Amino acid sequence: MISLNWIKDYVNIDGIDPKELASKITKAGINVEHVISQKIDNLVVGEITKCTSHPDSDHLHICEVNIGDKIVQIICGASNVREGLKVITALPGAILPGNFEIKVSKIRGVESNGMLCALFELGLEEKTEETYNKGITELPNDAVVGTDPLAYLGLDDTLYELDLNPNRFDCNNHLSFAYEIGAILDRHVTMPCTKTNPIPETNDVTIDIATENCYMYNAKVVKDVTIKESPDFIKQRLINAGMRPINNVVDISNYVMLEYGQPLHFFDKAKLGSHIKVRMANDNEEIITLDNQKRILNKDDIVITDGDKPVCIAGVMGGFNTEVDENTKDIVIESAIFNPYNVRYTSLNLNLRSEASLRYEKGLNYEYCNLAIERACHLLEKYADGKVLTGTTTYDNIDKKEKIITVTKKQINSLLGMHLTNEEIEEQLRKLSFPYQKEKDTYHVSVPPRRLDIGNYPADIIEEVGRLYGYDTIKAQLPILPTKTGVYAPKTKFRKDISKHMRSLGLNEVRTYTLISEEENKEFNRNPDNSIHLLRPLIKERSVIRTTIISSLLKSINYNIGRKNKDIMLYEIANVYDKDYYEETKLAFALHGNYLHSTWQNNNNEIDYYLTKGIVENLLDYLGLTNRYTFRLSDNLPKEIHPKVNSEIIIDNEVVGYIGKVHPMTSKYNIYVGEISLDKLYAKKVRSIKFKELNKYPVITKDLAFIINSKVTSDEITKVIKKAGGRLLTNIEVFDVYHGDKLETNQKSIAFHLTFEDNTKTLTDDEINILFNKIITDVTNKCHAILRDN
Amino acid sequence: MDQLKKEIQAKLTSAKTLEELNNLKVEYLGKKGIITELNSKIKEIPNEEKKTYGMKVNELRTLFNDLYNQSKENIELEEVNRRLESEAIDVTLPATKIEVGAPHSLEKLIEELEELLMSMGYDVVEGPEVEKDLYNFELLNLPKGHPARDAQDTFYIQDDEILLRSQTSPVQVRTMLENTDKTPIRIICPGKTYRRDEDDATHSHQFTQMEGLLVDENVSLANLKATFDVIAKKLFGETRQTRFRPSFYPFTEPSVELDISCFNCEGKGCPICKNTGWITVGGAGMVHPKVLDNCGYDPEKFTGFAFGFGIERLAMLKYGVKDIRTFYTPNDLRVLEQFKRKDSE
Repeated sequence: MISLNWIKDYVNIDGIDPKELASKITKAGINVEHVISQKIDNLVVGEITKCTSHPDSDHLHICEVNIGDKIVQIICGASNVREGLKVITALPGAILPGNFEIKVSKIRGVESNGMLCALFELGLEEKTEETYNKGITELPNDAVVGTDPLAYLGLDDTLYELDLNPNRFDCNNHLSFAYEIGAILDRHVTMPCTKTNPIPETNDVTIDIATENCYMYNAKVVKDVTIKESPDFIKQRLINAGMRPINNVVDISNYVMLEYGQPLHFFDKAKLGSHIKVRMANDNEEIITLDNQKRILNKDDIVITDGDKPVCIAGVMGGFNTEVDENTKDIVIESAIFNPYNVRYTSLNLNLRSEASLRYEKGLNYEYCNLAIERACHLLEKYADGKVLTGTTTYDNIDKKEKIITVTKKQINSLLGMHLTNEEIEEQLRKLSFPYQKEKDTYHVSVPPRRLDIGNYPADIIEEVGRLYGYDTIKAQLPILPTKTGVYAPKTKFRKDISKHMRSLGLNEVRTYTLISEEENKEFNRNPDNSIHLLRPLIKERSVIRTTIISSLLKSINYNIGRKNKDIMLYEIANVYDKDYYEETKLAFALHGNYLHSTWQNNNNEIDYYLTKGIVENLLDYLGLTNRYTFRLSDNLPKEIHPKVNSEIIIDNEVVGYIGKVHPMTSKYNIYVGEISLDKLYAKKVRSIKFKELNKYPVITKDLAFIINSKVTSDEITKVIKKAGGRLLTNIEVFDVYHGDKLETNQKSIAFHLTFEDNTKTLTDDEINILFNKIITDVTNKCHAILRDN
Repeated sequence: MDQLKKEIQAKLTSAKTLEELNNLKVEYLGKKGIITELNSKIKEIPNEEKKTYGMKVNELRTLFNDLYNQSKENIELEEVNRRLESEAIDVTLPATKIEVGAPHSLEKLIEELEELLMSMGYDVVEGPEVEKDLYNFELLNLPKGHPARDAQDTFYIQDDEILLRSQTSPVQVRTMLENTDKTPIRIICPGKTYRRDEDDATHSHQFTQMEGLLVDENVSLANLKATFDVIAKKLFGETRQTRFRPSFYPFTEPSVELDISCFNCEGKGCPICKNTGWITVGGAGMVHPKVLDNCGYDPEKFTGFAFGFGIERLAMLKYGVKDIRTFYTPNDLRVLEQFKRKDSE
């Protein structure tokens, strides 16, 4: 949260509309998400010139209030209302928090033309019993009647709530933000005052840095501080930034952090002593932090110690043992830079994320590290009566080599696709306060240390120039490239074709979640141990990467049945992964209801096993796999599948998937499901289409039927027929299956329609009869069948 | 004979059925038919009258045949009409409908984008969802511990190594690495992505991205702008304007947010654009030189742009879907079926 009143300390923004400024800043890449104005219209300083009791009330008063150009009558119920008081007066038209509009009204019969206010009623103070009991806010006598009371109190601020990109987290701090405004408005930035008047006594703190993860460490001593309430402007600014004021000393450390982005830590010198050692913690080392919690550390945490025991977890939280309290007199100020990764690790590990740790994590700028400690001394001198000791104890292992990036005008214009002149480029660099050396069209730009986000590439400078100049001047220009048509990766194309085919078959595509629960992982899955489990799932319902899609589809089917939706045909194509990270693309489908329906004609076609099989065969035929697939009853399928109404789909002796009815214990509804490996289908080579001349000789058809044991499958008989029929038998079709009264209970009758043809000549009756008789003999012998006489 | 003529005319025109007609044929033209008999009597006619007699009999025969054919035609027509009448149905009764399945709304939108971008020469490439940290982060200029990784809290499968990809950018990395000839690249990569977000109306732990990558010599931000213009107009209408807003992505420099002028209020301000007149639909930028370098492309020679869209976000905007979970659960048929039709062009 940025306070514009605070920003005014560093850069002149007078006369600029805060909303307009916000949109300029947003356009330059720092997102101002909300502009919050504390200004309230129709609010004036009034003076109560007469105060009498309301005739109809024991606590209301009728006040005559001078608001400058006139005197108005206002009814007030506050206990402290009295003649001569200067007060905040809300006149008709004022809109107070909660969208409460002040209007002319009658209170118990007496006209009231406004309201005398307390700060909490204006949303500028918390409403507590204490503030409530204080009554209306009493303004000092120097407040001028008729003027804006919030401006008088310095409470007419405008706040910017920012949504920062991770590279510009520094803009959370008022100085960095002021530099952005300075660049946008082309205005100079004035740094805060860091002057102190040190006393002759010398800072006696010694430091020992025993870890390379501490890059910089400054310590200063301020003596004899008075702990008290902060001045109003500090309190108000902290509140606006979302921090609670505590006392002047603590508030100053937060204030400086919000100014520079450099977190400071204050130790009570009496408790700390005069020696500081920074080192890595030992495993299981303990510290009680400011919040009175015991924390267990490990060797990746950086700690500040008094030479022996930890007194602070570096960058995260101070120790209880050296805390500044109301009795503190002398303080040691720490301003340091630590390895951001360690701070990040520690704060995540201890689940202790603070305003300070967030700043350490993003990396800090050594210039501000040095300035912030001086600034804190200045403020402690001014607002806590502190005496600053001479000298700073410093450890400094920062590489301060100037970062210089060379970039040419040509590079700038060709990457941006713009046509900037040298003057325009130079203007942007100047506004950014980036010093540069120029050689013709080449710029050697020096990156200020405050801009940690800028890398080592010309593109880093080009982006700064471009964003400040404004991308809206870019003229769109399609790339000039060789013309070609894009293509799908072959496997993607295959999947898309199948997906379209499933839709043309009337199935609706769905997408369900890849992540499922442990329980769901056990459904329709013969091998639940083969699944990937997430290391840190967010919720247990989404903790396993699925290896089958069917359970998710079944959930959708059940939902739809529950909603009384009819004829639910669903499919999904998704990648699944096993615990060896092997990826497989699967097609799954789940079907329920009528495939075709026409209720009034009574010829509904309810989904059953054979229709499901037909859908799969349709797909396989489309893929050119006709005559290469078979369906075989399996006892290898998940327990949720009907053991007698299912089949594995086999192509060229390889199982590529299965179909089946959902087990009655799993669902009481007739639901058919299937799952096929698209990778396995994709691997099947098919020949390209070659036209075959039609047979010009006559076709001969014959029918025959067998009575046979029910357990013998149609496939078994067909195989025998096919073998016996040989090359001339070109088609076998089952046209009737009969179980019933005329047969034994374990028998069925099955009838075939056979087609014979020869594309080289006309077949004779003799030729056909030989084949036909061989078929009868073979089926009767091999399948123990009886030829059925018509 | 004249008498006979009248009789034939009367009988044939009054016949009602084919059977009656056939009977008449037998009666007149059959072996012992009246006309046949008349014909055979010709031998008894004196020679000088034979010719006239013959002509008259023939006239009768022709008359009979003509009337017969005409009558037959009429009767047949009547019979067909009767049959048609008897076959009348109520054509307003419900159809036996052949249902066509619907593509998933996200797939529909992806295919629309694919079609557009393929026509501009972009190939469609996909990659694994279970991905290496190396491709998802490291080579994309997001080293371990990088604060920008925070914005993408990731589902890890194996610490620091294997994860569920949090973006489709690893497909770009893989494509650049696999292209060992280091020739120019023009691809789009749609796919599923995952982040450790709690599901609510606007967040989903599983979502879909489509990224595009173009690497060549002399590619500029102006090229990206024109490409984005084409996409924005295709998806949201010809009157769309586009805007770049500076942004940050670790793998692009400069980075921009892709905004379109609000299609709902045409920029006047409404709840959809939060009264700004602009809607952010994606992110983009010039491929970071470090990323080009990591993937074996010389950043001195090559530049490129990359862009990315959240497909759910686009679909929510385009179709007016309010809750992102609608795309994944519970898959109500009444939702799915709304996308089965061809969209307006």
